Amino acid sequence: MKTVSFSELDETMIEERLPNGLDVCILPKTFNKTYATLTAKYGSIDNRFLPPGAREWLQAPDGIAHFLEHKMFEMPDGSDVFQQFGRQGAQANAFTSFNRTAYLFAATSEFEKNLETLLDFVQTPAWTDQSVEKEKGIIGQEIRMYADNPDWRIYHGLIANMYQNHPIKIDIAGTAESIAQITKDLLFECYDTFYHPSNLLLFVTGPVDPKAILELVARNQAKKGFRKKAAARRRYPDEPKEAAKKSTVTHMDVSMPKCLIGYKEKKPFRQGEELMRHELSVSLVLELLFGRGTENYHTLIGEQLIDDSFGFDYTEEASFGFSIIGGNTPDPERLIGRMKEMVAGFKRVPLDKAAFDRARKKQIGGILRAFNSLEFIANQFTRYRFNQMDLFRLIPALEALALGDLKTALEEHFDETCFSSYTVLKK
Amino acid sequence: MAYLTEQVKTFGGLNCHVVSTDKFKTTTIILRFKTPLDERRVTARALLSHVLKNATAESPVPQQLERRLDDLYGATLSSGLAKKGNAHILSLAITVANERFISDRTPLLEQALNLLAEVAFRPLTRNGAFDKAVVSKQQRSLKQYIRSVYDDKIRYANQRLIDEMCSQEIFRLHTYGYAEEVDGISPEALYETWRTMLAQDKIDLYLVGQVEPETAFEQVKNVFHFAERPAQAIKEERTLPAPEKVRIVEERQAVAQGKLNMGFRTDIVLGDRLYDAFQVFNGLFGVFPHSKLFMNVREKASLAYYASSSYEGLKGLLIVNSGIESVNYDKAVSIIKDQLKDIQGGRFSKGEMDQTKALLRNILLESLDSPFSIVNLLYQRVLGSTFTSVEDRLKNIDAVTRDEIIEAAKRTALDTIFFLKSEAA
Repeated sequence: MKTVSFSELDETMIEERLPNGLDVCILPKTFNKTYATLTAKYGSIDNRFLPPGAREWLQAPDGIAHFLEHKMFEMPDGSDVFQQFGRQGAQANAFTSFNRTAYLFAATSEFEKNLETLLDFVQTPAWTDQSVEKEKGIIGQEIRMYADNPDWRIYHGLIANMYQNHPIKIDIAGTAESIAQITKDLLFECYDTFYHPSNLLLFVTGPVDPKAILELVARNQAKKGFRKKAAARRRYPDEPKEAAKKSTVTHMDVSMPKCLIGYKEKKPFRQGEELMRHELSVSLVLELLFGRGTENYHTLIGEQLIDDSFGFDYTEEASFGFSIIGGNTPDPERLIGRMKEMVAGFKRVPLDKAAFDRARKKQIGGILRAFNSLEFIANQFTRYRFNQMDLFRLIPALEALALGDLKTALEEHFDETCFSSYTVLKK
Repeated sequence: MAYLTEQVKTFGGLNCHVVSTDKFKTTTIILRFKTPLDERRVTARALLSHVLKNATAESPVPQQLERRLDDLYGATLSSGLAKKGNAHILSLAITVANERFISDRTPLLEQALNLLAEVAFRPLTRNGAFDKAVVSKQQRSLKQYIRSVYDDKIRYANQRLIDEMCSQEIFRLHTYGYAEEVDGISPEALYETWRTMLAQDKIDLYLVGQVEPETAFEQVKNVFHFAERPAQAIKEERTLPAPEKVRIVEERQAVAQGKLNMGFRTDIVLGDRLYDAFQVFNGLFGVFPHSKLFMNVREKASLAYYASSSYEGLKGLLIVNSGIESVNYDKAVSIIKDQLKDIQGGRFSKGEMDQTKALLRNILLESLDSPFSIVNLLYQRVLGSTFTSVEDRLKNIDAVTRDEIIEAAKRTALDTIFFLKSEAA
């Protein structure tokens, strides 16, 4: 059992790796609810892998990680584990991202029972041919719901523009055609590859006693007799540095056009402190370029090219990374031109130290605000840990940044050959 | 220990509420202005909410205001409107880091309160009018915000249902007003709207965070000055009885998925004997994964990814939402109607009932873990004539009987269906 204190945040975390490889992290907080997530390091991009004991690499249908997430809730007797959580006063849920699948619950009572339920249902795969078929109708409607959401379409459309081969370009939920190929056995192969305890992380936060939880989890896991296992083997295709497609224009039934631009990350293989430094640097550059306190933002508002929907974001994880900037605009083409000019202009002038300090303060405040949310802490801690970073080290890392780090990030990331745009016009 | 401790002091026309808690790393400050919904000023108040947040006399350019917020360790200033029953509520909010987590210990709370007061009392005005340039920029911004509802088909369909169903009631008014009215609001008229709001609205200020109540009250008293005002009377229209024949409205658009919205009416509202029973009925009907709608529309029939219900407890509306294939309309509507009939006929188990109560209890307790939910919970005291403590609410939910749930369900009738269907269907 390892205890780490972050005195400046007034937080103390307890963690332990169990003999079967499961990582357990506990953050006691004086909230009413307890929030727990059990996350597999497995998402939509992990579609090419070597199942345990197999000799052939398997290429799974698009959307299978998300499909598996849906089917996990089914219990061996055909019932739905939601019901059990409900009887125990807990609200359960799950989500699948590019590289994680998380199962979670929030409860204000019967915490221990609910924690056992969480561990047990994720470690009890059970589904039938019939129930797999039935799920296709439900997920088919989920896919169509997203198809009607222009913000979702444009975000994922831009990512798909940037990438030539990498599976980040496929829809997390797949398509009606790809999920039609999913079978009971394929789901078991994915499960056997990616759901070993050594590929999972349990995070618990709330009014809990860490020692009691560790004992409960250790007992629960010991019963299940998992053997040690080598890490899941997955493979991503080679990906060129440049953006695959410079631009795409599509039409939807919207009140106003939308446009996003972005830069694909050239070297998305950083981990740990190096990744944290780079990620924070690019985020700060974006803030200095297009934040609401900047000249650029107000120039674009003044030119009536953007509105309150304008925003930006940077994402980088093992094997992929991209910045995304934009929102609603009456004139996408002009906005793209103006934003490119602004990026080029920004590279020509020295970075402003006062603006840098302000942006850093803003980020510190944002991080403290995010720490009000147990959901944020659990989900982001897991994301950082999967990339060998520590969520609780964000503020010190920000304070350690120098202007030189931003300069490097600016030169490296905002490269014209990695640029891409995606536009939705009115039908 | 009580779940929630609120201290209240009145300074002239302002009620100041402090919830002192060490749960959060920030302090949340929310100033609320409440007035009856009125078609003559709903759009103007929306414009006002945009204008106030963007410029003050001291910081006439929006950038300056943004930079001051950034310097306050990323304090956030936001404004927004809500429609609760027949009340229209304008909120101005600031969240600011608690200085004990900041290395240089700059005192932030007082600065944040001053800034909020500045936004409310000292906007950029001259000779009885708001600044023309600021107004015109925010007119554009508001119009775009209002029009963007069209892009979110789920929200759009919900709004259209209320348009159709409540066309004869004040409740029909859109929270953010109407795009076509925005340009007609002059900087002078907006000034009048602002003065009226300061002078006549019911005003409440909430502080949630690790603050010392007496210090906070002292600081608030020094910067927020509202004259006393007569109590406000908001006439809640009891919901109309549902028509003999259900109204069905269809609209075609280029959507991949049909959006089905069904509006039911009930005469049970906040403060009624059966209010808690209605919450349990609604939970049983369509809030949770064990609810009738989720189990039958999604799990059994595989017709939808989502199928849920929500209760507007001040107005007496129950709204069902689902996304389905357009060709499955009849099937889905009939399943949804059957679920209501099943509850009306008492066809639900004790297990389902207990599960619903356990989850309602969970939602209530969980809401105390977010500063915004805490304020919304306490604000019910302002909205309704009665206030029930968290402890009593838990007891009340627990005490709801099977017969009361059946009675609540029986006092619910379908009024209008709005279906946004695909052009191809």
